[in-house]
Amino acid sequence: MNKNSVLEMRNISKSFPGVRALQNVQFSLCEGEIHALMGENGAGKSTLIKVLTGVYSKDEGDIFIKGIDNAVSIRSPQDAQNLGISTVYQEITLCPNLTVAENMFIGRTKGAGVNWKKMNDEADRILESLDIPAKAKQQLSSCSIAIQQMIAIARAVDMQCKILILDEPTSSLDEQEVEKLFKLMRDLKKKGVGIIFVTHFLDQVYEVCDKITVLRDGQFVGEYEIKDLPRVQLVSKMLGKELDDMSDIRGDYEGPGENVEKIFEATSLQSNAGIKPFDFYIRKGEVNGFTGLLGSGRSECVRAIFGADRVIKGTIKKNGQTVKIGKPIRAMKLGIGYLPEDRKVDGIIGDLSVRENIVLALQVMKGFFRPFSKAQAYKFADEYIKKLEIKTASADTPIKSLSGGNQQKVILARWLLTNPEYLILDEPTRGIDVGTKIEIQKLVLELAKQGKSITFISSETDEMLRTCSRLIVMRDRKVVGELKGDQLNQNTIMSTIAGGDK
Amino acid sequence: MSGSTTKNKSSFIQILQSMVSNQIFIPIAALLLLALFNLIVDPSFYSITLKESNDGFSTLQGNLISILDFGSELAILAIGMTFVTSASGGQDISVGATIAIAGSAILRILCGDNPRPSELQAPIFVAVIVGCIVAMLFGAFNGVLVSFFNIQPMVATLILFTAGRSIASWINNGQLPDVSFEPSFGYWGTYIPGVPIPTPFFIAVVCFIVTGLILKFTTLGLYSQSVGINESSAKLNGLNPKMIKLVTFVILGLCVGICGFIKVSRLSQINYSVIAKDIEMDAILAVALGGNALGGGKFNMTASILGAYVIQFLTTTLYKYGVSADALPAYKAVVVILLVVFSAPTVRDGLSNFWKKNFGKKAVKEVG
Amino acid sequence: MAKEVTNAPVEKKKKVGMTDSNLLLVITVGVFFAMYLGAIVFEGEGFLKPQSFMNMLNANAALIITACGLSLVMITGGIDISVGGVVALVSMTCAMCLDEWGGNIFISILIALGIGLAFGIVQGLLVAYLDIQPFIVSLAGMFFARGMTTIVNTKPFNVANKDFVALKDYRIYIPGLGSYNNAKPPKFIEAYISIGVVVAIAVVILMFVILKWTRFGRNFYAVGGNRQSALMLGINVKRTRFFSHLICGLLAGIGGYVYFLYKGSGSATNAAGMEMDAIAASIIGGTLLTGGVGNIIGTFFGVLSLSTIKDIVTSAGLDDPWWTGITTAGMLCLFLVIQSIIMIYKKKQD
Repeated sequence: MNKNSVLEMRNISKSFPGVRALQNVQFSLCEGEIHALMGENGAGKSTLIKVLTGVYSKDEGDIFIKGIDNAVSIRSPQDAQNLGISTVYQEITLCPNLTVAENMFIGRTKGAGVNWKKMNDEADRILESLDIPAKAKQQLSSCSIAIQQMIAIARAVDMQCKILILDEPTSSLDEQEVEKLFKLMRDLKKKGVGIIFVTHFLDQVYEVCDKITVLRDGQFVGEYEIKDLPRVQLVSKMLGKELDDMSDIRGDYEGPGENVEKIFEATSLQSNAGIKPFDFYIRKGEVNGFTGLLGSGRSECVRAIFGADRVIKGTIKKNGQTVKIGKPIRAMKLGIGYLPEDRKVDGIIGDLSVRENIVLALQVMKGFFRPFSKAQAYKFADEYIKKLEIKTASADTPIKSLSGGNQQKVILARWLLTNPEYLILDEPTRGIDVGTKIEIQKLVLELAKQGKSITFISSETDEMLRTCSRLIVMRDRKVVGELKGDQLNQNTIMSTIAGGDK
Repeated sequence: MSGSTTKNKSSFIQILQSMVSNQIFIPIAALLLLALFNLIVDPSFYSITLKESNDGFSTLQGNLISILDFGSELAILAIGMTFVTSASGGQDISVGATIAIAGSAILRILCGDNPRPSELQAPIFVAVIVGCIVAMLFGAFNGVLVSFFNIQPMVATLILFTAGRSIASWINNGQLPDVSFEPSFGYWGTYIPGVPIPTPFFIAVVCFIVTGLILKFTTLGLYSQSVGINESSAKLNGLNPKMIKLVTFVILGLCVGICGFIKVSRLSQINYSVIAKDIEMDAILAVALGGNALGGGKFNMTASILGAYVIQFLTTTLYKYGVSADALPAYKAVVVILLVVFSAPTVRDGLSNFWKKNFGKKAVKEVG
Repeated sequence: MAKEVTNAPVEKKKKVGMTDSNLLLVITVGVFFAMYLGAIVFEGEGFLKPQSFMNMLNANAALIITACGLSLVMITGGIDISVGGVVALVSMTCAMCLDEWGGNIFISILIALGIGLAFGIVQGLLVAYLDIQPFIVSLAGMFFARGMTTIVNTKPFNVANKDFVALKDYRIYIPGLGSYNNAKPPKFIEAYISIGVVVAIAVVILMFVILKWTRFGRNFYAVGGNRQSALMLGINVKRTRFFSHLICGLLAGIGGYVYFLYKGSGSATNAAGMEMDAIAASIIGGTLLTGGVGNIIGTFFGVLSLSTIKDIVTSAGLDDPWWTGITTAGMLCLFLVIQSIIMIYKKKQD
């Protein structure tokens, strides 16, 4: 074992029924290092992390940790904690019914008793030092998701760990919070903590990391110093092929002119999800988008359009006709489709097959008493599996066993099958691999050329710049501006989001 | 030559494995196990005789026939229970009590105010329809609690489980009506003169066919599974999860109504505290034995129905060996725990790993 | 130029709200006092006598103990409907032990604890380590216990063992608390409680302390709140779930003996519907079926509320046997709906 290393994983293999998730993977982490673990979805990052944290048991291989001569065996998250490994997962892994302080300390205090006062004081001190706006005695469920994530990080940081694993912790944080996190990571690095950082955001990797380990298809591709690996090379290593030119997928498509009919128009629309009333329209063949920090109300706006939240105010015109959209089925019948933000919670129906997931929306529109024949459903499914290149064993495979990107394609297929005039895509590229991200963006422009209208939301501004011809900017649950033409550049967007005269 | 035999062997193992992983394997395996047990211990279990009953008609008698008879009402319940389980991820434990209510309502319509009338006060079909409607209303009550108030099904139905038999008794003012003077009422729960097979079986077959048609010509199956697996997704796909859950409870209510009719028809009278006692456990077990996840989602209706008959097979077997009706639950509980343990995912995975290690490798070696 | 308001997100008022557990507890205690007051006002002075209240404790000591165990399982996110059956089995077996098999009190207590532990361990193993649904496991447990009761003995009988009868009739008088009777001159009669009540109160206090001030106790809440998260937080989820069932089984055994002390008989129909009472008491006491939220003190008041409403119904002249069932069910229904409305409302606010 290298004398600087805090962790070495050698020849790790892990199989699940039918899948070899990891084959002879190496990973080593030095003291005071931020090490990015990169790879497409399904490359084996999560599996490797879960082996290290004791959630899965490895089939083969050894794990060495500094200060322990023999290979260690990690059988449960408890073992991992005891060995000085703490983890922050992408999903919130805290208990919503407990207080903030309890969530920070449960499972890691010594002794049989609980000293509430000491625990609360200690928690308040940590929260304050990390500038997290929460109180120790508050019930966790009363905090926003971003704050919950910060609390999870605070817990991990306070554990005096040797190894800190951050598994996509930034996906629910806004920029200020990400900055806060990065500052924290740099502080810890100075103290000699080794940090494993998993993320899909390339910018973030190049901002904080020292080294990169790339995995592909469960295999170790290589370990690189950050300065030796330019972005384009990183992406091509992750994909195993050269990337298409990312900057120019829009080509010459400029979107519809000013005189093209408005396919959908909303006036002072408001839902019960806490957004201010807003006006909105979209023209035939247009791609527009909502942008703003997380929590600025982007998703709530499109949910209001689709009738997913209860609409309490406003008028809606579809093709010039005033209509009322009370629930999703109405919107669907009017030719609106909605791909929700959270794929796992709102999108997929895990145990059902790819075929059933694809057909579902169209089936609901067709009606209760008119089911599709099996043959017809297979035809639809096979058509879209081919068209969108969905990687699945068959149309009968349960969707939950597909990788994130392929699940997202299935949901896309579901809505494309309903042949909507207007399609809302809320974060269709979140948490999926780079290759699929680009495929989806291309598809969006392709659909627009065919005359469909699309609202595209993404946390990554460059994706929106590549696809949208008009951006609606939101701040504090309110529409604060609209950008088009020359205004569509990073600087203008940033300053509009930030507000003021900057 | 030898190559082809080993190939056959390995493909045989493959077939066996795919069979074991099929959902319907569980009830079939349980059925075979029970059948084998009876065959070895006492083959006379299977004897069926043609007996002449009091009114001069011949009917088939025997253990198998009684399984067919009593298993049928259970199977009807299992249909509704499977839908409820699938959509709401929980079970209705009030079915026994609501059977008492439905039965009581039917007798009330037939007898009117007088518990010992000289003739029926209403045609039988009217009484049955009223009974079914009453059961469906109580089903809807459960359904509203589950879907609109977000109460766990088992707890929501606990309310009627506790109060149902009291309500049944209240419907007839605590009296015990008797319609045994009208033989045609009894046909539905026993035998139609001239037909040697018990009527409940025919009623059940009609129910199976109707269910099959519903599953084929409506999207209820897809909808209830979608709602059961991911309610929030289902909602965003234009479904109304609350309505669908409610509908499954109403369907179960209808099944309960039919069962209630069969139950009171068997004896032409009612005993509020004994009628359909412990049937909720049997119905839930039928669903579980059919390999359906009790946590909701995907279901296999055929397996549930088969599960119902297996449970009845077990009951009949236990009766045959002199277990008293009161002690019956103890034995059944043991058998049931064994069955559930062996169908538990953790145990099945362990067993299939064991199988692969000990037999799978051998097959590979032989081929190589 | 007008000064721009800072564009930091508008901070919500940082009032630390009540946790779900505390909110539901306050409601429960409030409801109980309101109900008892109502009973005093509308049903007369009977409810005012200290002994009436003590009798309520005497009659419900066993239910308090069993409901505490059940609440623990429910807090951990499970359910155990076998407790009524266990109580029946314990009372029948202990009765047989004392009168037929020549055992003494000590042995009968050991038997009670043993039966409770056995149920707790087996059900805990099945639920926690084989991951079988607790509802199904305990449904089988309930039927097993009920069936076993009739296998042990079918006929109900009263226990004649002298030591036992002495223990059963032992009264602990509470100095200074009591009321004057109607004799002339009025005589002050001290209120008394049975031994079972002492056990019940000890159990309530012990369970409260464990759940509030020990790491072991807080783990139950964590597991009930979110099992996956609890695992990731380094809690041994399987062991925690196992212990919740084990303790519940043990308390059902103790509750069974206390019930036996109160009834003094063995009968297959003993403790009929007790699991429903226990579940109802827990729910009325603010334990959420979804797990993670609940309070032992709430359960205690839940039992008393349930008992008060039953007394009110009986003294209102509705003494047909079916009314108790309907009352329990009605209370359960009412509280479930109230709970669910509160939770839906809270969720909307967040």
